[in-house]
Amino acid sequence: MFPIVLVLTAAFLGLYGFGIYKAWGSIEPLRQQTIGPSNVLIDEGILFSATLFGLSMFGTLFLATVLAIFFTHAVVRGDAERGLLQPLVVRPLGRGSVLAGRFAAGAVACSLYVAFVYVCAILITHAVTGWWPDRIVQPAIELAGAVIVLVALSLLGSVFLSAIANGIAVFMIFGAGLVAGLLGQIGEALNSDSLNQIATISSWVLPFEALYQDALNAITAETSGFTKAALSLGPFGGAQEAGIAFAPYVLGYLAVLAFLAAFGFARRDL
Amino acid sequence: MPDAFSARGLTKQYGSVQALAGVDVEVGEGELVGLLGPNGAGKSTLVKIGCGLVRASGGSAVVCGAKAGSREARAAMGYLAELFRFPGWCSADELLQLHQRLAGSAGGKAERTELLELVGLADARDRHVEDMSKGMQQRLGIAQALVGTPRMLFLDEPTSALDPAGRRTVRGLLEELRRRDVAVLLNSHLLSEVELVCDRVVIIHRGEVVAAGRPQELARPRGVEVDVDGETRHFPGAGRDEAAKIVADLVVGGHSVYGVRVLTSTLEEIYLEAVEGESS
Repeated sequence: MFPIVLVLTAAFLGLYGFGIYKAWGSIEPLRQQTIGPSNVLIDEGILFSATLFGLSMFGTLFLATVLAIFFTHAVVRGDAERGLLQPLVVRPLGRGSVLAGRFAAGAVACSLYVAFVYVCAILITHAVTGWWPDRIVQPAIELAGAVIVLVALSLLGSVFLSAIANGIAVFMIFGAGLVAGLLGQIGEALNSDSLNQIATISSWVLPFEALYQDALNAITAETSGFTKAALSLGPFGGAQEAGIAFAPYVLGYLAVLAFLAAFGFARRDL
Repeated sequence: MPDAFSARGLTKQYGSVQALAGVDVEVGEGELVGLLGPNGAGKSTLVKIGCGLVRASGGSAVVCGAKAGSREARAAMGYLAELFRFPGWCSADELLQLHQRLAGSAGGKAERTELLELVGLADARDRHVEDMSKGMQQRLGIAQALVGTPRMLFLDEPTSALDPAGRRTVRGLLEELRRRDVAVLLNSHLLSEVELVCDRVVIIHRGEVVAAGRPQELARPRGVEVDVDGETRHFPGAGRDEAAKIVADLVVGGHSVYGVRVLTSTLEEIYLEAVEGESS
C-alpha cells in the first residue's frame, strides 16, 4: 500500500508542478493589470498563486482523506469479520487501548502525510510564482485537524458499520461537507442568509469542512482589497473564517466521537 | 483454588435466537475439557463469553477467579479463535513478539523459541505469515495463545486445518499442557481427538448442556463378546463385572475361549445419542 501512496502522491505533486508552471506562463503578461472605472488594483500573481495553492490544499485534503478512510474504515467490524481483531482484544491491553492506538496511528500518519504534501506544494508554488502564503503553519495545522476529524469519524463508523459500508459513508460525509462549504462560498458571494446558515450548521456538524475553509482563508489572511474579494468569490478562497472558539469545539467534538466509539466498541459482540 | 473457568446459568440471546439457555460448565486447574456439539449449538458463543469477546445476556462466567472479560481474566488466559488471521507481513517471531508485548510477558526470545519448538515451527521463525500454509498458521495461532504462560486456554477448533501429522503435534502439545497444569477448554468436532486427550467432555445442544462427564463415565455397556470354537457369541446387557462369570460358564460347558471383549459405546455414539435424543 505504501509504495502506491508514494507513487500517486509523487504523481499528484508532479502534475501540480507541471500545471502551475504552464498556467503561470500563460497569465504572466496579464499580471498587475487594473480593472474597472475606479482603477482598483488586482494582483493577478497573488490571485493565481493563492487559487492554485488552494486547489493543491483541496487535493491534499482529498488524498489524506482517502488515506484516513483506508487506515480506519475496517478497524472494528471489518477487522473482527476477518478475524484480525479478536487475538488483540483478548489481551490485557483491552478494547479502549486498541481503539486509542488505531486513532493515534491514523492521526499521526495522516497528519505527517498532510504536512509533507502541503510543504511540497508550497515549495513548488514558490518556485514557480515566487509567492508565499500569508500564514504557513496555521493552515497546515487546520488541514491536519480536518483529516484527524475524518479519522475519528471513520473509526466511529467502523464500530457500527461493515468495512465497505463505513468507507462509503465516510466518503459521502466528506463529499457532503465539501458541498456545504461550496454553498457557503456561494452564499457569501450572493449575500444569501439561508445558504450561509446551511453552511454554518454544516460546519458545526462536520467541522473538518470549517477547518479546511479556515485554512484556505489563512493563506491570504494579510491580503486585502479587491484581490482578497476576488479570491473569496472563487472555490478556494476560504470565504468563511472559523473563529477563535472553533479549536476547543473541535477538541470537544473529537472527545464526543471518542466516547461514542469506546462505548459502542465496549458493548459490541465480536 | 478457584476453577480455571466456571460458567453458571450462562445465557446469550442474539435477537430472537437463544444461543445459550442456562449453561453450567467448569474447567478445573490443569484439566482438559472437550466441548462438543453440532454446528450452532452455542459452543463458540460459550468460548467467546469466556474470552470476553461476547457479553452474556445472563448468568456468570469466571476465569481464574476474575470476571470473564476483565483485565485480570484476560491476563490469565490464552485464546485461539476458530476464524482468525494474522497480519501477513509479519514473521512468526515478530507475531509472538507483538503478543508478548500485548500480554506483558517478560519471556523474551527464550519463550518464543520454546513456543515455536512446541508447535513444530522452530524452522519457520523468520517466515512471514503470508508464506505459511493454513496448518502452519494454525500452529502459530496456538503458539500465540500460549504467550505469557496462561493458566486457562480456550481453543476453538484448533485442528480444523491440520493434516494428521499436525493433529498429532497438537495432541502432544495438549498432553504437554496437562503436564504443565494449564487448563484447556477445547472446542472441537473431532470426537476421536477429544476422546484421546480430554479428561472430561461437555456436550452442548441448542444452547444447553445435554451430557457431561468423563468419557468412560458417559459410556454405556453394550454387552460382552466372546470368541468360542470358531464363532463369536454376544451377551447383550452384560458388563465388565459379568465377563468373568460368562467365560467360566463357557469353559465349564466344554467350550474353548479364544477372546473376550467388554463392549462400551464410543464417544461418537454417546455424542449422537445425546444430540439425537434431544432432537427427537
